[in-house]
Amino acid sequence: MAKLLEVKNLRTRFFTQDGVVHAVNGISYSLDEGETLAVVGESGSGKSVGVMSLIRLIPVPPGKIVDGEVWFDGQDLLKLSDDEIRQVRGNRIAMIFQDPMTSLNPVLTIGRQISEALQLHLGMDKEQAYQRSAELLTLVGIPGAAKRLDDYPHQFSGGMRQRVMIAMGLSCNPQLLIADEPTTALDVTIQAQIVELVKKLKHEIGMAIIWITHDLGVVAGMAERVIVMYAGYIVEEAAVHTLYADPRHPYTVGLLGSLPRLDDEQPGRLRSIEGLPPDLIDLPAGCPFYARCTYHIDQCLHENPPLAAVGVGHKAACWVDIRGVLT
Amino acid sequence: MSEDNARRTTANSPEANSAALLRVEGLKMYFPLTAGLLIQRAKGHIKAVDDVSFTIQRGETLGLVGESGCGKSTTGRAILQLYQPTAGEVWFEGNNLVTMKGETLRRQRRRMQMIFQDPYASLNPRMTVGNIVGEPLEVHNIAQGAARRERVMELLKIVGLNPYFINRYPHEFSGGQRQRIGIARALAVNPDFIVLDEPISALDVSIQAQVINLLEDLQTEFGLTYLFIAHDLSVVRHISDRVAVMYLGKIVELTDRHRLYTNPLHPYTQALLSAVPIPDPVIEEKRRRIILEGDVPSPANPPQGCNFCTRCPRVMAVCREQEPVFRDLDAGHFVACWLYE
Repeated sequence: MAKLLEVKNLRTRFFTQDGVVHAVNGISYSLDEGETLAVVGESGSGKSVGVMSLIRLIPVPPGKIVDGEVWFDGQDLLKLSDDEIRQVRGNRIAMIFQDPMTSLNPVLTIGRQISEALQLHLGMDKEQAYQRSAELLTLVGIPGAAKRLDDYPHQFSGGMRQRVMIAMGLSCNPQLLIADEPTTALDVTIQAQIVELVKKLKHEIGMAIIWITHDLGVVAGMAERVIVMYAGYIVEEAAVHTLYADPRHPYTVGLLGSLPRLDDEQPGRLRSIEGLPPDLIDLPAGCPFYARCTYHIDQCLHENPPLAAVGVGHKAACWVDIRGVLT
Repeated sequence: MSEDNARRTTANSPEANSAALLRVEGLKMYFPLTAGLLIQRAKGHIKAVDDVSFTIQRGETLGLVGESGCGKSTTGRAILQLYQPTAGEVWFEGNNLVTMKGETLRRQRRRMQMIFQDPYASLNPRMTVGNIVGEPLEVHNIAQGAARRERVMELLKIVGLNPYFINRYPHEFSGGQRQRIGIARALAVNPDFIVLDEPISALDVSIQAQVINLLEDLQTEFGLTYLFIAHDLSVVRHISDRVAVMYLGKIVELTDRHRLYTNPLHPYTQALLSAVPIPDPVIEEKRRRIILEGDVPSPANPPQGCNFCTRCPRVMAVCREQEPVFRDLDAGHFVACWLYE
């Protein structure tokens, strides 16, 4: 498959009153056309900022992308002018966000909001855009789509609003869909609806997806490849089956161990990760996971391990080969 | 009325009651819906909790699961008399809390506590940790002055916080640590029964496990009885002895953990369980999901017959006409569904 996106050494910082927050600390990865990549991490791991930096959707100031390249279809997105990046955003790269309640404009009808992108990016006239909007709403499974175009966001439930967001995202046939925790605010039965919908649409449209989430369960069901982030670093990257069967970073191991599972017949004690993530203003010199890691050696305190290959398409940032010492 | 009574007897068989610490019978919590700007007219009710009955044994954890708006939190609050229930009884060791008032109720409150979902909103930002955890000790005349300080430090140690944090303010703590402060406050009065309202859903995964382990340790150490309210079915399976599933104000299924997860009977429970993702790609590939159509109806205007009839994949004609009775099908496996009549 051809490469769609290549991120090189991306660094994003926030310059705040309390100090410089090192949100993203030199991450590199790539994405093939039509591939689904999950970016997993806890709050403050840099998973959202890292991905939003790709399309420069971070508040400037206080945020700033201080280093890196983002190659998308032969262009470095970080070097584009504001006008040029607007041609890419919402058009060739679409976004859906966590909170379907606040990402729609409450005083505009749904039809107006979907057709806006169609008129702007595809140059449709109003009538064409409304017609296409109705088709899109049907595509995402909203019953009576044509009639609902004149409704306002408050007349839709949370799950339905997220469908509207997806319809907006898909309106310009994007090559890449960025989904930032799109199901976190939804109930589990609605989450299942949305996940199935995105899987189906991806199959039909063939777009690539970056799915940002903290939920390792959702990842298992839909991603092809996974990036695990911690304190602004990528600590592990692997194909989805490899990651769950053979995790190599102690943090990934810890995350999987701390999850209660629905299919756990004899629930024992959860293996929690003790302690807290480091302060991003004052990152330690060595491995950021050092203080919480049960496998650490002296080297970890002084040197931050690079993300290195540990298998085919499998990378981890750890000085220790934990297979030998797994407890 | 006679049918009502019959239902209650089945829902609370005598042997189940022998060691029950808490017995809830026919609990209803309706909130009035009003219209009008100056003169408020009642125009209906939100039936947040609609005729719910269950018991909790001493030392047991009952999980109460359901989606947003199903009435699980309202049930917890109505049990503690934080709301005045519309109807029903809440028996706590032979006392009906619903009929209690004033000082008698306050004395009972000492034995039951609550832990809240949001560790940011549930702690007063202007009070020190010492005052937050110590306040219940003062309110209930348990300890003052140096004794209070000593007890607070002991409580902080119990929940895994440094006792010398006693003079710090909530903003100096992370979400997980704040939840520990909330737990210490609940434990301060040596309660028997704790309602935990989504105690871990605001926390990160690695921190969730720490708090779950702490809650389990405290239960063993102090013989606590929990009502664990959550939407996360994996967490509930982990921590509960028995589980009740709520949908639109009613309990649709209640049984022990093992049977609920291996042999769910109600179509809603089946759909809910199938929707929960399992963190294992090999299993996920093989799973068949029951995808429910549509959304939960409004509790102001629930459908006629069974509440679930608008979304049920196995709906029959009778479901749209008559409400199924919540009854014991098989030695403590309660379900409200016409499929099993």
